[in-house]
Amino acid sequence: MSEEDAFELEPIEILELPLDIWHRDKGARMVEFAGYHMPIQYDGIMAEHIWTRENAGLFDVSHMGQLMLTGDGAAEALEALVPGDISALKEGKMRYSLLLSEDGGVLDDMMITAVPMGLYVVVNGAVKWDDMGYLREYLPDEITINNMEDRALLALQGPKAVDALKRVVPGVDALYFMEAGSFFWGPKTDPEPLWISRSGYTGEDGFEISVPASRAKALADQLCAQPEVKPIGLGARDSLRLEAGLPLYGHDMNPDVEPVEANAAFAISKRRRAEGGFAGSERILNALANGPSRKLVGLSVEGKMPVREGAPIFVGEAQVGVITSGGFGPSIGAPIAMGYVDAAHNAVDTPLEAEVRGKRVSITVANLPFIPHHYHRKGAST
Amino acid sequence: MTRYFTEDHEWIDVDGDTATVGITHYAQSQLGDIVFAEVPAAGATLKKGGDAAVVESVKAASDVYAPVSGTVIEGNDALEGDPALVNSDPESEGWFFKLTLSDSSELDSLMDAAAYQAFVDGL
Repeated sequence: MSEEDAFELEPIEILELPLDIWHRDKGARMVEFAGYHMPIQYDGIMAEHIWTRENAGLFDVSHMGQLMLTGDGAAEALEALVPGDISALKEGKMRYSLLLSEDGGVLDDMMITAVPMGLYVVVNGAVKWDDMGYLREYLPDEITINNMEDRALLALQGPKAVDALKRVVPGVDALYFMEAGSFFWGPKTDPEPLWISRSGYTGEDGFEISVPASRAKALADQLCAQPEVKPIGLGARDSLRLEAGLPLYGHDMNPDVEPVEANAAFAISKRRRAEGGFAGSERILNALANGPSRKLVGLSVEGKMPVREGAPIFVGEAQVGVITSGGFGPSIGAPIAMGYVDAAHNAVDTPLEAEVRGKRVSITVANLPFIPHHYHRKGAST
Repeated sequence: MTRYFTEDHEWIDVDGDTATVGITHYAQSQLGDIVFAEVPAAGATLKKGGDAAVVESVKAASDVYAPVSGTVIEGNDALEGDPALVNSDPESEGWFFKLTLSDSSELDSLMDAAAYQAFVDGL
């Protein structure tokens, strides 16, 4: 056996979600994503996208990692690896944060919620195993990392999500954006506690629901029985998040970029800016103070031809950036994109060009989000 | 007029030495919502199997290959304003381009409707 043979990788098995059969029964077209068979669409991306913006869409995001960090000082310990003020997080409150490498590169983006047991952390499916390895290596031994593989994660998103969900799970309408809590679902004789947050990845109001995998089908069926709700695939999830200006990890963010250039400076809490002391803080705080050399920006596209990931961005003959996400925005009716553009050319309204199949397309730096967010914020009038 | 099909899910209507090319119902259903189509300009020379047109769904861009060699007579301008014609009427109004065949013997290797249906059923 040659050395090469010895290191040849076995084909990786593609895993099934708890709702695999359910998706197929609903007519989903399945694709491989993040190591799982996942539904890319049911009725069609355009119709599913518009349905979610006007009604409520049910997304199966069970490929994402649901981690529970427990042990004394978990919040303080995690702060060494993320730039958010986690120790100040009150029970039932959540925060968007970033897992940082030693040099401040973004290893993942994540939602961190303070719960009675410790910290509930939702990470991206494609990198969840790497995240767990990194956390295990860098967190003290007293902190336990529990990967809750026995739980599914469903997202119900859209302006009517609250109407549908409160019928199924009374009381959820009391939550505001970025709040979470435990709610009972099912018959009084056999209630199931669900962990529900008011959050999502579409720019709309909505919820994310952690449910035991064994009960996921019953919950999905009950939610889809509500007149406001249809199942929505990954395709519309991507077009919805792009219109909402939300980055997709592995595309708009990766280990080579730090949070400020990734347009995520908001995730660096005030106290952490003053104190530093997180992985890569020197590089990141320097980018905050002096401005990053390039930045992730929104880009509107002239005409109808989509400009997609990997397309170079030019000013004249000089390349000044690259597209990291691009496609068609169904609610906008035009192509939209996001990409990294050098500091000298990334002010809003700057005219640029992208190159697609050897041809130049006019693009313009745009404000994000493309479609306003409709979150149910505390203190807001809506 | 005779209609041929390719394993790349294109149809070709042949009338004398003139051919009209589009993608099949099966192809459009696999692509999903079409948001953009780029067709070749009149006068362009196409080689069998080479890139001829581009069709883009919300998700992705796909190449349409020339099923036969020839010179483009006309691209379907209607697709510029209404690319969704490829979804709603792929095998008629949603055609991509017309060309003059340069080698009609290339048609011999293509499928007829029955053979194409059997090919799709086997996918």
